Amino acid sequence: METPVKGSSVLKTYKITKYFHEPTKFQVLKEIDLSVNRGEFLSLVGKSGCGKSTLMYILSTMDTDYEGELEIAGERLTGKNQNYLAAFRNSHIGFVFQFHYLLPEFTALQNVMIPALKLNKISAQEVEDKAFEKLKMLGVHDQAKKRSSKLSGGQQQRVAIARALINDPDIIMGDEPTGNLDSYNSNVVFDIFQELTHRYNQTIIAVTHDEEFAQRSDRVVEMSDGKII
Amino acid sequence: MLVFDIAKTHLTSKPKQTIVAMLGVTFGIGMFIAMVSLMTGLNRWTEELTMTSSPDIHIYNDITQERNSILEAVNVNGLNKVHHQKPKNEPNKLRNAREMVNILQKDKRIRGVAPTLSSQVFYNLGPVQLNGTISGVDILEEDKLFDLRSKMKAGNLEDLKANNDGIIMGKGLAKKLSAVLGDRVVMTTPQGYTITLKIVGIFQMGIGTIDNIRSYANISTVQTILQQDQSYITDINIKLYDLYQAKTIAPEFQRMFKYKAEDWETANATILMGVIIRNILTYSVSITLLVVAGFGIYNILNMTIYNKMKDIAILKAMGFSGRDVKYVFMIQSIIIGVLGSVAGLGMGFGLSYLISLAPFNGGDVVSLDHLPVLFDSTYYIIGIVFGVVTTALAGYMPSRKAARIDPIEILRGQ
Repeated sequence: METPVKGSSVLKTYKITKYFHEPTKFQVLKEIDLSVNRGEFLSLVGKSGCGKSTLMYILSTMDTDYEGELEIAGERLTGKNQNYLAAFRNSHIGFVFQFHYLLPEFTALQNVMIPALKLNKISAQEVEDKAFEKLKMLGVHDQAKKRSSKLSGGQQQRVAIARALINDPDIIMGDEPTGNLDSYNSNVVFDIFQELTHRYNQTIIAVTHDEEFAQRSDRVVEMSDGKII
Repeated sequence: MLVFDIAKTHLTSKPKQTIVAMLGVTFGIGMFIAMVSLMTGLNRWTEELTMTSSPDIHIYNDITQERNSILEAVNVNGLNKVHHQKPKNEPNKLRNAREMVNILQKDKRIRGVAPTLSSQVFYNLGPVQLNGTISGVDILEEDKLFDLRSKMKAGNLEDLKANNDGIIMGKGLAKKLSAVLGDRVVMTTPQGYTITLKIVGIFQMGIGTIDNIRSYANISTVQTILQQDQSYITDINIKLYDLYQAKTIAPEFQRMFKYKAEDWETANATILMGVIIRNILTYSVSITLLVVAGFGIYNILNMTIYNKMKDIAILKAMGFSGRDVKYVFMIQSIIIGVLGSVAGLGMGFGLSYLISLAPFNGGDVVSLDHLPVLFDSTYYIIGIVFGVVTTALAGYMPSRKAARIDPIEILRGQ
């Protein structure tokens, strides 16, 4: 792993523009230029329909139907094929969603292990140790052997964060990561994010509706009508 | 392998659904094996029966055959038409039969040649009078062709050879005459000649049409009954090394000897038609069963994929490619296919075995006490290959759909 240097740019976009074609042609994003530095905790806010989620899915490399350019960790990703992008996401990006999307048939520990097993850089035993360590860091190691469907919402979200962290990604992307949690668990998740950025120099980009969450993060990017304001 | 582990976890977390899908394949393959074993058993049995009753090639004088009328010879260039031509009044004797037998015996493709002569006779025992046939044979030659020795129910072949006024009688015929070994039977030919012969043996071919009418005697005995000379032979029966060559060899002999030479396939066309129809039935029913099982798997996998949309989306977000997702579901259908097919082979074997034990009464027409079942590994291999291929195909389409799922639609849709 390269040594993260605080302040260097980890994600850059150049004039990202996107249209929706259904039901009528509609411009969602208008020439978005954005640069995110390593170790930054960034909140993406705006009214419903302003294009913030759309932007995040483009940044996540899952949406490839756009104009402009995207660069993550110094690599230009625009125009790469789906399989390459899937492999790229596996090693460089972690996801935390509003609905935690754990695989219900697997235990909490197995859920955390899956992205690392997919990456296949270290042995299964090492993956298991590392996954357990991540769960411990998030305070849910006592739930490791339980089926993920048996955990509470807050616990599931922490397991999902551990899963996002397992491959030491350059960026963690969150789509309303606290959207489905009560205020206690929202605070827990926020504190975890803050600790990750401040202590471990992790970069986080989160789309959120939560005013308080946004205000407490390092940087707030507000969008309106497909533009950053 | 990670993809395999995920597939396995999906299968084991819903055991009921997995077992139902497998049972579909199991029944399909099991029924295929059972049906094919019984049908091929029946076919094999019919074929063997056919072989015991008819020679590979039968040479005889077909006096009912159309022949050139004498008018053709007289009025060569004319336009001749003879209405209602009657068969020529000639004995159905084969001329130079001995020479023909000598030539045939030198042919490398021929296993055995048996000259015979046969005649219609009336069997009399007390007041009972029955219509039947008597065949004059060299009993040891005949044994080489039709394995008579194993068909003997009483007495033995050598007794006939030693006894010039002996006969070996069909079991059905003997029963009708209520005659037993050692009894004397009186026979009358259509020409009015009467003779008394002693039963020295009783045979059973297993076909009513033979057992109920035929007796064997020595050639000279039958020649005496018919009041014919020593060269009188009406039929030559031929056994080949390769019975499937009969169809090509028979016309050759017909041209060479100018007598009708009939191969066994032509002589038993109706029986062989039954074989073909049974095969068509077996395969169409089996394929239907497997296609139904295939649709079952297709449905279950489609449902699984629908329920697993979110899982698929998150797998893709975490870096699984479309191909990885496709493999997850393909592996599931192949596991279902392989396990289901293997269980199907077991079920097929079990069913075939049970069928082979079931008693079956063939009545007087055929001697059959159990259904004939053929245990042939070829059909087990066809079964497993077919089962796995069907399930793989049925699984491929839903799996491809899973591979194409756009994760954004699912992740944003919530």
